[in-house]
Amino acid sequence: MLAREVLQELVQVLGAENVLTEQEDLLTYAYDATAAMKHHKPDVVVSPLSTEQVSEVVKIAGRYQIPIYPRGSGTNLSGGTIPTQGGIVLSMLNLNKIIEVDQDNLTATVQPGVIIQALNDQVTKLGLLYPPDPGTVTTATMGGSVSECSGGLRGLKYGVTKHYIMGLQLVLANGEVIRWGGKTVKNVTGYDLVALFTGAEGTLGIITEIIVKLIPAPETRKSILAVFDNLDKAGNAIASIIRNKIIPATLEIMDNATIQTVEHFVHAGLPMDAEAVLLVEVDGYKEVVEREAVLVEQILQAEGSVEVKIAKNDQERDLLWLARRSALPALAQKRPTTVLEDATVPRSKIPDMLKAIRKIAEKHRLLIATFGHAGDGNLHPTILTDQRDEDEMKRVHLAVDEIFQAAISLGGTLSGEHGIGIAKMKYLDWEFGEAGVAALRQIKEALDPNYLLNPGKIVRRD
Amino acid sequence: MSVYNSLDSITDELHKCMKCGNCMAVCPIYKETRQEVGVARGKISLVEYLLAGELDMTEGLADRFSLCTTCMACNTNCPCGVRFDKIILAARAEAVRKKGLHSVKKIAFTALKMQRLFDLGMKTGSIFQGVALKHLPHKSDRIARMRFDVGIGTEKVFPMLAKKTLRSEFPEVIRVNNPKMRVAFFTGCMINYFYTDIGKAVVEVLNENDIEVVIPRGQGCCGIPASVNGDVVSARALAKRNLRAFEKLGADALVVACSSGGTAWKHVFTELLENDPEFKALADKWAAKSYDISEFLIHKVPFKKEGLGRVQRKVTYHDPCHLNRGQGISREPREILNSIPGVEVIEMKEPGRCCGMAGSFSIVHPDLSVQISDHKTADIALTHTDTVATGCPACRLQLKSGVENAGIEEEVVHTIQILAESYRAGKKANTLKKGGITPN
Repeated sequence: MLAREVLQELVQVLGAENVLTEQEDLLTYAYDATAAMKHHKPDVVVSPLSTEQVSEVVKIAGRYQIPIYPRGSGTNLSGGTIPTQGGIVLSMLNLNKIIEVDQDNLTATVQPGVIIQALNDQVTKLGLLYPPDPGTVTTATMGGSVSECSGGLRGLKYGVTKHYIMGLQLVLANGEVIRWGGKTVKNVTGYDLVALFTGAEGTLGIITEIIVKLIPAPETRKSILAVFDNLDKAGNAIASIIRNKIIPATLEIMDNATIQTVEHFVHAGLPMDAEAVLLVEVDGYKEVVEREAVLVEQILQAEGSVEVKIAKNDQERDLLWLARRSALPALAQKRPTTVLEDATVPRSKIPDMLKAIRKIAEKHRLLIATFGHAGDGNLHPTILTDQRDEDEMKRVHLAVDEIFQAAISLGGTLSGEHGIGIAKMKYLDWEFGEAGVAALRQIKEALDPNYLLNPGKIVRRD
Repeated sequence: MSVYNSLDSITDELHKCMKCGNCMAVCPIYKETRQEVGVARGKISLVEYLLAGELDMTEGLADRFSLCTTCMACNTNCPCGVRFDKIILAARAEAVRKKGLHSVKKIAFTALKMQRLFDLGMKTGSIFQGVALKHLPHKSDRIARMRFDVGIGTEKVFPMLAKKTLRSEFPEVIRVNNPKMRVAFFTGCMINYFYTDIGKAVVEVLNENDIEVVIPRGQGCCGIPASVNGDVVSARALAKRNLRAFEKLGADALVVACSSGGTAWKHVFTELLENDPEFKALADKWAAKSYDISEFLIHKVPFKKEGLGRVQRKVTYHDPCHLNRGQGISREPREILNSIPGVEVIEMKEPGRCCGMAGSFSIVHPDLSVQISDHKTADIALTHTDTVATGCPACRLQLKSGVENAGIEEEVVHTIQILAESYRAGKKANTLKKGGITPN
């Protein structure tokens, strides 16, 4: 429980309507989208309307040593917004203005509560695009996706969130407000704090304004679907497309378990016995797209695809994508609990990773379906389980451990796009070693010595 | 087990939710408040805490459960297929079992049960409504605003009570020559007391299609206002009364022109009466032959195309939540509109977005209801049409209030009224032709 004077000070700064204290409200901020996580009720939820108010809240928290948990829409998959130590949940959703779209400098300046899709709706009208497109694009906030450095389907050609963040306004742990970066393409003034704070999961400071890079929207696009009866052939096809100097906007893969579930769910016409399906999309100028689509088709056939389909129009394109878009929903409906991982490997190792996952599933008698962004090596092994089954959940945790081991041993990483949060904190030393974790901790302590900003995430206090 | 009897009925539904938050993308309430408790995921969590014993059923909790228009947009957008409408109804019923019904609602639902008293009240109301309501001059709608604030503001535009109720304007059986079918018409309260023009259009169109119409006198409120607020006892009594009334007169089919009424006859009666073998059987029987009027005219008895006259209207269609997502009817009204000569249909941006009326929701949360309505009004304004058609009298009320307050010249009518208008125009043209005058 917070002392009365703390609540009074918060109300003074924010107004009573922006301070929630009743437990029926507080309990709805005790969780996020992460499966099988313990929930924690915050002591208060505040919704600031300006950077100054954020700064005041941070100062109050500092005076009374109360943890602050910044939160956007709470759609992350790492437990990143769960207020594990109670305290203040700082909801950024009322800071939801698109401040400016600058067509000359190809930038947009937004507040952190803007929904990603809202930004894209705005810039699409001008023929521009903000490329990062996580699965939560219609719900997640810009602040949340910068803090988590979200990826998405277009990573292969367009990169991920960190490649589009040019400048930030930040409230530091002492309540000071700083600006870093800006609208210039080039900027080497000082340490690159914009890069540091992108993906910091709110543990180093609070983002209150974001300048993003925009690109001209591609003129057109074309989708190609290829069916494989053998995983290695699918893997070779992925490598071969890249070797032939074609960089598709998206290059997705679904394994047999996913295909079977999806086919039952949407009847998209996928062969049930296929070992893998690749879904490729090329985009750009019309002439280039026409040429690349034919090349991709030839490569896929040469690599032994048993069936290749090119979408002739938008309707056919939607049909091809229906299967991929339905992957998670279809899997999620199969069992009550869906544990979605994002272990990532170099793209050449995709077949090895898929085989390793299949072995782990067999060993622990679990249903694991894998789909994901083959082009950038980011796979989503999805464990379908039931949180109420204690024995099975034990096996799930063992399997998750082994999936991470496999990814790291193949030269990959624990997390491609979901972040560390609470969920993967204990694995960090597998990837960095003790010294690496210590370096993280030193950075944390330099910027937030009292562990007030999203404490209990990424680095544990010793 | 039905959602009206026990909270346990929805445990499977709760387990399906993976807390992804996709409901946030479509929830009309959340879009206004941006507070987690407004969206399905928030209330699902609250029900889970309640079941786990971590939270008691408090008045505060019941208040949170009132934050839902039951528009079902979250159902459609849910990757896991969670039926949130079931969850919220079960939660509200549980709240009433534990905490009792809000006193105002209690009085209202009791009145609905006592049909004669309610009728008398409404009749008295139609004479004295001028005391509280200030009539607004309007060419096609009898509308008014509150003269003083009773807690819902004075901005809302209401329809005036009809001088005569619809059911008193017609005999119980309206005969036609050589009927091809006998159809029972469930009017619902809004059409009976306020929007009698919709009811008359239904009768007119059915008669035009050689269908005998029966309007059982004994019918009453559909009970949806009670069941969505958790007053299961009242809802059950009303369901039985209606089943008895319709069974007495019998018919080949039943039509409604109101999305709540349709939901009641097709789904809710049988769920409410699941433990009553006799009435359950009756409810099932009538559910199987219940149709929304647009559904009936497209699928059951395809309406006559000859005789349709020209109606010069630019129309945009608003999908009522309980007709569109609730009953899967969205193509049918558009098909009717598109077949009327002279009608140009122009779609608004999000025709399926909730208008924010949601029955008593608009009374309990008047400000929120208006905020939601403002989006709809803005979308309507962008279509530059002269008419909004819809399939639900409650939506009509809300839409009319919205466009009126925004100062937009727009008539709001039920689809069936435009069809009736077309038949009338057809007859007029025909008479003129017979008289040797060519219509221009």
